[in-house]
Amino acid sequence: MAFLDFDSITKTYPGVTALAGVGFGVAKGAVHGLMGENGAGKSTLIKILSGDQQANEGTIRIDGAVQSYGSTRDAFENGVIVIHQELQLVPELTVAENLTLGRFPAKMGIIARRRMLDEVGERLKAAGIDVDPRRKVKTLSIGERQMVEIGKAVMLNARVIALDEPTSSLSSRESEILFQLIDRLRSEGKVILYVSHRLDEVFRLCDSLTVLRDGKLAAHHETLRGVTRDQVVSEMVGREISDIWGYRPRPAGEVRLKVEEVSGQALKTPASFEVRAGEILGFFGLIGAGRSELMRLIYSADPRRGGAVAVDGVPLTATDPHGVIRAGIVLCSEDRKHDGIIQGRSIEENINISSRRHSARLGILKLPVEAETAETFIKKLRIRTPSRKQDVVNLSGGNQQKVILGRWLSEQGIKVLIVDEPTRGIDVGAKAEIYELLYQLAEGGMAIVVVSSELPEVMGICDRMMVMCAGRIRAELPRAAFAEKVILAAALPDSAAPTAIAS
Amino acid sequence: MKKLLLGEQGLVVIFALAFGLVSFFVPNFLTERNMLGLLQSVVTVGIVACTMMLCLAARDFDLSVGSNVAFAGMVAVMVSNSTGSIPIGILAALASGMIVGFVNGFVIAKFNINALITTLATMQIVRGMALISSDGRAVGINDPAFFNIALSKFLGIPTPIWVLAALFLVFWFVLNRTVFGKNILAIGGNPEASRLAGVKVDRMRIYVFALQGLTCAIAGILLASRITSGQPNSAVGLELAVISACVLGGVSLSGGRATMSGVIVGVMIMGIAENAMNLLNIPAFYQYIVRGVILLLAVLLDNLRSSALGRR
Repeated sequence: MAFLDFDSITKTYPGVTALAGVGFGVAKGAVHGLMGENGAGKSTLIKILSGDQQANEGTIRIDGAVQSYGSTRDAFENGVIVIHQELQLVPELTVAENLTLGRFPAKMGIIARRRMLDEVGERLKAAGIDVDPRRKVKTLSIGERQMVEIGKAVMLNARVIALDEPTSSLSSRESEILFQLIDRLRSEGKVILYVSHRLDEVFRLCDSLTVLRDGKLAAHHETLRGVTRDQVVSEMVGREISDIWGYRPRPAGEVRLKVEEVSGQALKTPASFEVRAGEILGFFGLIGAGRSELMRLIYSADPRRGGAVAVDGVPLTATDPHGVIRAGIVLCSEDRKHDGIIQGRSIEENINISSRRHSARLGILKLPVEAETAETFIKKLRIRTPSRKQDVVNLSGGNQQKVILGRWLSEQGIKVLIVDEPTRGIDVGAKAEIYELLYQLAEGGMAIVVVSSELPEVMGICDRMMVMCAGRIRAELPRAAFAEKVILAAALPDSAAPTAIAS
Repeated sequence: MKKLLLGEQGLVVIFALAFGLVSFFVPNFLTERNMLGLLQSVVTVGIVACTMMLCLAARDFDLSVGSNVAFAGMVAVMVSNSTGSIPIGILAALASGMIVGFVNGFVIAKFNINALITTLATMQIVRGMALISSDGRAVGINDPAFFNIALSKFLGIPTPIWVLAALFLVFWFVLNRTVFGKNILAIGGNPEASRLAGVKVDRMRIYVFALQGLTCAIAGILLASRITSGQPNSAVGLELAVISACVLGGVSLSGGRATMSGVIVGVMIMGIAENAMNLLNIPAFYQYIVRGVILLLAVLLDNLRSSALGRR
C-alpha cells in the first residue's frame, strides 16, 4: 500500500476540467516525479494536496488515513508541505524567525531569541542545510532561500513534501545542493513529490514517475529503470514529435525594420540591426543580456535615449506603443502576466483591444465584428476555451499566449512582429503550431524578430541570429553558421573576444 | 442560494429581496409619492455614481466629488445671479466642474501621483474655494426660473429623475459600446498591458476625471435648484455614499470590473435603506451606523464574489 495515495481526483473550474479522475500512489522514502505539459493539471493537483483548493471528487490518503483539508494550514498540520515556485518567506525577518513564524518560542509575549536560534540552528544542521539562522532572508540568495523553505518542512516534521519547479531559478551548483538535500530527506523516509519540466532532473532524482496529460493520467512508472526520455516526452505530448521546428527557407525581401544606435536607460550600449521582409531574425542571450530591453526600446515601451528606428525606410516618430503599433510594429512581451493579458476581461476583449480601431466608427464598437474576430482567432490558434466570453485568467499559460498572438494577428498592416519568448510555458504541440504560424507570416512578407533564451528554438526556426551579452550585440550569424559552441561562446559574459561573422 | 447571491445576477436578487421586504413591512413605502421621493433622493448619488463607476473601473479613485458638487452649485447660482442668465450660470458650472476634474486627472496621470492622495487634496481645496466664494454663507437664487430646473415635470415625473435616467443610459452605452469604455475596463484590468496594447492610458484617465467633474457639475446644478440656493456646505460625505453605492453594485475596487446595472442597483439599495429608515422614523444618528454596515457588507460581498470567481 502506497504511503501517499491519490484516488480518482477530479477538479473542475468554470468551463474547464483540470483533473479527471487522476489516481496514483507513492511509496514511503521515495522521490516521485510529476510531469506534464502546461495545463496538464500538475499545479492543480499540487494545489489540492496543499489544501489551497478542494477537489470536486476523489480522496487523498496518507498512511491509509483520508485527508481532507479546508486550508493550507490544515495540510501543514497534517505534515504536508508544498514549496512553491514563488517562495513564501518574509524578507525582513531572519531565517530563524521565518522558520518559527506563527509559533515563536516566547515567554509572556517576549521572544526567547536564544532558544529560537538554538533550536532552528540544530534542526537545520541536522538536515544538512548550511544557512546561518541569524541572517535576514532578504540577504540570502535564491538558492539559500529555497533551502530555508525546505527547512520549514524539516522544522515541521513534514511527512509529505511537494516541490513545484524548485530549480527554475537556481544555478546548477545550487541545484546540486538541493538534490543532495532531497536525497537526504528521502533516506529519512519522507515522501517527496517533485514537479518539474526538466527531464534531466527527474531522471537524476526520482524513483518513480507519473505523467499527466490533459488532466488525465497518461503514464505511471513504478520505477524509472528501462524508461527512456523519448518515451516520457511522447507520453507528455501524446504523440511522437519528430521535427518540431519544421523549418523551411524563404526568400528575403527589402529591409523592413532598421534599428540604428538605439539606447535607453536599461540598455547603455547603442544597438543596431536590420530585418528584411520575410525574414525571421533570432535574438539569443542569457537572461539579463538586454534582448527584451532592446525590444522594449524599439516598441517605445520604455523611452529611448538615442538612436532611430525606421519601418520600410520611414523613420518612426511615435514615442509610445499607441503610435508604434500604427506604424506597423507590434510586440508580444515576455512577461505575459504583467505586460500581456488584461485580467478580468474576456478572451474577446483581450483579442480586440487594439484591432477594434479598424471596425469601430466614431468610438462606437461594432460588436458583431469583434465577436467574429474573436471566433476566428480562437479557431485559427486553437485556443482551448468553452467560449469567447471566458475570463482570460481562467486559461492556461499557453492559451493566454495564443490570445495575445491573436491580439496582434487580428491587427491590420503589421509589418514587423516582435515576439519575446513566444513559447515560454507553452506545450510542445502548441509550439509547433506557433512556429508554423511564424513561417506563414514571414512568407506573407512580415519581418519577424524572435527573442528566446532557448537556444534550440532560435537555431531551429530563425534565418539569422544576433547573440547578445551584457547589454550589447556580440555576434551575428547566418543560419549556415549556427553552431552551439560559437553561439554560447558569444553569449557567455566571461568568454574571449567577441565573434563577428558577416552575414 | 450561495450561487444566486454571488453570481452575475446576485445583486439583482438582493435588490428584489430588499425591495419586496421593504414594500411589505414599511408602511407608505410603495406609494407613487414615496417612489418619486425616493428617486429624487438618489439623483445626486446616482448621477455622480455613473462616472465614479468609470473611475473605479480604471483602478482610480475620486474623493473630491462632494466638494465639486457643492462648488459647481455655488458657481451656477452666483454666475446666474450676477449675469442674470441661467444658461450662462449652468455653462459656467459645467465648465468649473470639468476643470476641477481635468486637474485631478492631469495631476494623477501625468505626475503619477496616487489618485487617493490627489483627490483628497483637491477635495479640500475645492471645498475651500466654495466657502471662500460666498464667505461661507449660502447664496439665494434671484431668478425663480432656476427653481424650475428641479421642480418642472415631464409626464408627471420631475426633470432631475429624467436626467438621472438619461445619464444611466448614456453611461451604460459608454461602458459597453464604446472604445473608450472598453479601454477603461482594460486599464483597470492591467494598466501596463493596456499601454503596451496601444491604449493611451494617461489620456483615458484624464478623460475619466474630466467626465467625473462634468457629472458632478450636473448634480451640483440640480441640487442647488432643489435646495433653492448655493450651499458651500452641501454634499459633504457624498464621495463615500457614491463609492459605497458603486461597490455595492459590484464595481471592483481593484479595477476592471463594472456594470451599469450593478451600479443602478447599488444606488437604489442605498436609497431604499435611507428612505425606509426615514419612513420608520429612525433617528439620523442611527442611519450613519446602518450606512456604515451596508458599506462593510458591500465590501465583504465584493471579496466573496472575487474569490468565488476564482480571480487571482
